[in-house]
Amino acid sequence: MATYLIRRLLIAIPSLLGISVILFTILALAPGDPFSEMATNPNVPPEVREALRASFGLNDPIMVRYLRWLSNMAQGDWGFSFASRINVDDLILQRVPTTLFVVGSSQILALCIALPVGIYAATRPYSIFDQIANTLAFVGFSLPTFFTGLLFILIFSVTLDWFPFVYRSDVAATGWRWYWEMFRQAIMPIMVLGLFQAASYTRYVRSAVLDVIRLDYVTTARAKGLSERKVTLRHITRNALIPVVTLVALQMPAVFGGAIVTEQIFRIPGIGSLLIDAILANDTPVIMAVTFVFSCLVVMFNLIADLLYGWLDPRISFG
Amino acid sequence: MAGSTLASPSANPAGGAAAAAASVSPARETWRRFRRHKLAMASTVVLGLLVLGVIIGPWIWRVAINDIDFAAQLQGPSWAHPFGTDDLGQDILARMMYGGRISLAVGLAAMIVATTVGVIIGALAGMSRKIVDPVLMWVTDLFLSLPQLPLLLLVIYLFREQLKAVFGVEGGVFVLIVVVIGGLRWMPVARLVRAQFLSLREKEFVEAARAHGATKMRQMFNHILPNALGPVIVAATIEVSSAIIAESTLSFLGLGFPPDIPTWGRLLFDAKDQLDTAPHWALFPGAAIFLTVLSINFIGDGLRDALDPRRVI
Amino acid sequence: MTSPILTVSNLTTSFRVEGQWKSVVRNISFDIKPKETLAVVGESGSGKSVTALSIMRLTPPQSSKIEGSIKLNGKELLTLPDADMRHIRGNEIAMIFQEPMTSLNPVLTIGFQIAEALILHRGLSRSEAEAETIRLLEKVRIPAAKSRFHEYPHRFSGGMRQRVMIAMALACKPKLLIADEPTTALDVTIQAQTLELIKTLQEEEGMSVLFITHDMGVVAEIADRTVVMYNGDEVETGATEDIFRSPKKPYTKALISAVPRLGSMIGKERPMRFPVVDRNTGESDVPVEVPDTVKAAERPVLEVAGLTTRFEIRGGLLSAVKGRVHAVENVSFSLMAGETLALVGESGCGKSTTGRSVMRLIEPLAGSVLLDGVDVLKLSQHDLREQRKRMQMIFQDPFASLNPRMNVGTAVAEPLLINNLASRSEARDKVADLLKRVGLQPEMANRFPHEFSGGQRQRICIARALAVEPRLIVADEAVSALDVSVKAQVVNLMLDLQARMGLGYLFISHDMAVVERVSHRVAVMYLGEIVEIGPRESIFQNPQHPYTKRLLAAVPIADPARRLQKRPVSNDEIKSPVRPADYVPPVRQYREVSPGHAVMIWGEEWERKDPAAIAA
Repeated sequence: MATYLIRRLLIAIPSLLGISVILFTILALAPGDPFSEMATNPNVPPEVREALRASFGLNDPIMVRYLRWLSNMAQGDWGFSFASRINVDDLILQRVPTTLFVVGSSQILALCIALPVGIYAATRPYSIFDQIANTLAFVGFSLPTFFTGLLFILIFSVTLDWFPFVYRSDVAATGWRWYWEMFRQAIMPIMVLGLFQAASYTRYVRSAVLDVIRLDYVTTARAKGLSERKVTLRHITRNALIPVVTLVALQMPAVFGGAIVTEQIFRIPGIGSLLIDAILANDTPVIMAVTFVFSCLVVMFNLIADLLYGWLDPRISFG
Repeated sequence: MAGSTLASPSANPAGGAAAAAASVSPARETWRRFRRHKLAMASTVVLGLLVLGVIIGPWIWRVAINDIDFAAQLQGPSWAHPFGTDDLGQDILARMMYGGRISLAVGLAAMIVATTVGVIIGALAGMSRKIVDPVLMWVTDLFLSLPQLPLLLLVIYLFREQLKAVFGVEGGVFVLIVVVIGGLRWMPVARLVRAQFLSLREKEFVEAARAHGATKMRQMFNHILPNALGPVIVAATIEVSSAIIAESTLSFLGLGFPPDIPTWGRLLFDAKDQLDTAPHWALFPGAAIFLTVLSINFIGDGLRDALDPRRVI
Repeated sequence: MTSPILTVSNLTTSFRVEGQWKSVVRNISFDIKPKETLAVVGESGSGKSVTALSIMRLTPPQSSKIEGSIKLNGKELLTLPDADMRHIRGNEIAMIFQEPMTSLNPVLTIGFQIAEALILHRGLSRSEAEAETIRLLEKVRIPAAKSRFHEYPHRFSGGMRQRVMIAMALACKPKLLIADEPTTALDVTIQAQTLELIKTLQEEEGMSVLFITHDMGVVAEIADRTVVMYNGDEVETGATEDIFRSPKKPYTKALISAVPRLGSMIGKERPMRFPVVDRNTGESDVPVEVPDTVKAAERPVLEVAGLTTRFEIRGGLLSAVKGRVHAVENVSFSLMAGETLALVGESGCGKSTTGRSVMRLIEPLAGSVLLDGVDVLKLSQHDLREQRKRMQMIFQDPFASLNPRMNVGTAVAEPLLINNLASRSEARDKVADLLKRVGLQPEMANRFPHEFSGGQRQRICIARALAVEPRLIVADEAVSALDVSVKAQVVNLMLDLQARMGLGYLFISHDMAVVERVSHRVAVMYLGEIVEIGPRESIFQNPQHPYTKRLLAAVPIADPARRLQKRPVSNDEIKSPVRPADYVPPVRQYREVSPGHAVMIWGEEWERKDPAAIAA
């Protein structure tokens, strides 16, 4: 198990490096130049511009620039936000917990719905329950998050006035009341994101269980005289979870994409809305850093998935 | 084998099948199975109507998309404006039909890009027996762990101005969005194709073809590719709906098409601040996206059932 | 008379297929007495497995229905509430399945899977259950049972997994054991061990056994009474001796006569066709020896010398070579035109790899393969394609060897078109001719593979192989997957074609009884090497190498009169040809027993084997 863990970690490093290369290449290929504004400004003499460029290292070969950028990133020097006037790493550290809270809660919600529904539906294929669950799952993942978000606001905020539709980090309350307010305003974004994921996960769970259910060892378990409940919980679920873990890990980029949209709709101060704000403000260092943080989060979740995978499947650790 | 006995109790009578008079080709068998999927059939009709609507609709509903009428701001549905009007009094139905063309075209074009790239990379990896396969698969896995939406936003942010200069406003954004969405979504197809190739190339019928002296190209195009196509078609179908969602998301964030090109996502973006006063503005384009995506997904599901020979319906 | 343990009367099981009920088993009746072994035998699709599942009520509840009556000790099972039925399953009736590789849950330890039944039915505590499980594992002769309790199934070989399944089935001392093709997926020596184990345990536990199988040899070996099924119907029931000696129904006669019987070829010089029995009348023709087809005077079609194929196993961080599969190791033989050389051996012995290496579907490491004097291994890709016209291959699974998206005519015509042997219109006539030659109708050319039965598909594959008029055909387990009566027909076809076209066959098979029937010469392979090669008669009547002896002794003989005495159950597993990276294969010496019969001189690792197996 330990060697497996180390191997997965070692595989994650080249992935991160690869991602950083892609990001840097995109940035280097981009036509814009932080000094383009100065180029058109006749008040700045060409010599001064050149000196400035040299001092920022923009005339160095691309490899050198990449390595310097990489070492700065590794040292936590992520640059300075033009728009917010603070260091990018501070800015991101402020915002990451909120995003993780929303994404984490929505994933838990999604799994809490998908696992029981998917398993129950698959053990009764083509029953009424299965058909309804299946149709709802299709509806669920065909409803884009931005539309569900608006629908929720329309129904629960505008019409029913149950929840606030703007997320505030400075809730004016203390103690239990503060928790209650935080919870209340988090419900809608978590529901939007969680229900969307729950729909796809339900499909995964259902088809994984259907694949497992017709295998010989399930018949063996039944032939042993185990009750359906025990057969399902002990013999089917763990095996079915193995492919589901992989699929859920593959969904991670989409999950964070959904988080950006949700944060934008509900004005949640996470790194997703930070990204949009930075793009609208042309704040390049923040855009680069947030994109890279998202990549790291995806890689991290993949790592967790790998560990789960190794824990679920005894064949892996020996492979 | 007990399991398989349960799954297909019908697959037995030896020799009986060949006695049947009419021959059933795999294509016809697929169509027969597809028709059994009622939701997929209904979705085909719905999608057909939607496509027809956005293609020939503008010839029937002859209202200009930028007809500004301040007298009719934010009106609900009426006979004059079946889907209501927006804050400038523009007719939402006309705008939706126009935007729908773009949304659907983006979906189709991005699917073609993604599928083409995916099939090529997957086939290369699947046919190679040397270093090409692990390298391509590493790149594929790398791309799979890229956060797509942030990257999409980043690329569009950086390259939009340049492409606008080359292809014009509409064309530039269209090319950019199609290439970027397609370029970030080929990985599932590549993985699928590779897996299919890996399993098919070890199948006896490919070995038999090799034993007859079939060249590598012939093995690939006559034997492997046709049998690998089923899952690829399903994936490509789903890809259309994902691309439509991706485009709508970009437009919804205000970073896709500009305001004068009212794609469905863009309409939602414009509508979201008037949700309390003019909900119809958001509901109609949202419903259009939802219906399109839902029907494409159901069609994909129907195709999956129809093309998967293991499945006994 | 003792009253039966199990009485099945008028059992009819139906499945709902596309909205319609379709009966798969109709009006089956039989009973099993205490300590008796009843075999249900039939070809694929005969409904024998469904019969077994119906007794356990394990058919899918929503899409199947079971009618009739099944009584266990007088208690009706079909009307029992689900909870009570669960108490019967695993407790009073236990079941083992065909595929040991898939019938154990891969994510649970084998100990847990056995203990589960003990805790459930016998109410043991966890520690009691563990102790009892270890006792059971010892009982089924699993070495080092205690340490293997906590291991997962993937660490066990197929034979060992089947023992685990048997241990699980015996856990609660059932009155009846249902064994659904328990040895079909196993190699012949492991099959012998497993059958022996079942027999021994049956005596020790005093239980009855319902044995489902398609293999008449196994039936003869194990069953007291036999039920013959065909297409969902019960054809004939009776004492096993009677079924074999004087079958009453035409179908049973056809089945019995199609069964290859080891030892039936004593004194015959050349291969023999199987008798053809009319399924409706039961009348049989008298098979004759085939004419002498071997062109002994000519240069051999195929001369293989020093053929070696290894596969590297890589692992670890830097993908270093950790070991090698020595699949084929220094193999040499030759084959005349019109001759059949059988390559026999158990899984992992390298017989299939040898066939594929000869075809150069796998690139061998060393050696030479001369086809009519041309070394196939030295040819460029282009010349190889040219040369492949002279040798063709038929595979085990006829369904997998036909492209499902290509109709039969196109498939058979493909080799003609690839090699520019015919224009499109000529090819059409040629295809019609080829289909006729293998006993199919030319009109079938427009159909697709899924519309044919297994035997017909194998005929199509043969037609396709014949299209280029080859000199040599490598038949890799070509009849192994076919039902016994179909197998007999395809073997007859191959013999006819050999006589007509002077084909040389490299006949790769694990089925010793079929090999005895069809081959002129036999090579026995073990761990990648030929341990013994010679004329068929010498190998079968005068085997020298201990492995050949063990292999022949393990073959179940389809003759109840010759039911073997009980042998001690050995625990030998089939050894793996995986060797460490630095392994250097030893130099082998061969000794000539009689003209053409050579045997590898074996080391003392063979001498220490249990004497019974060698003496047998």
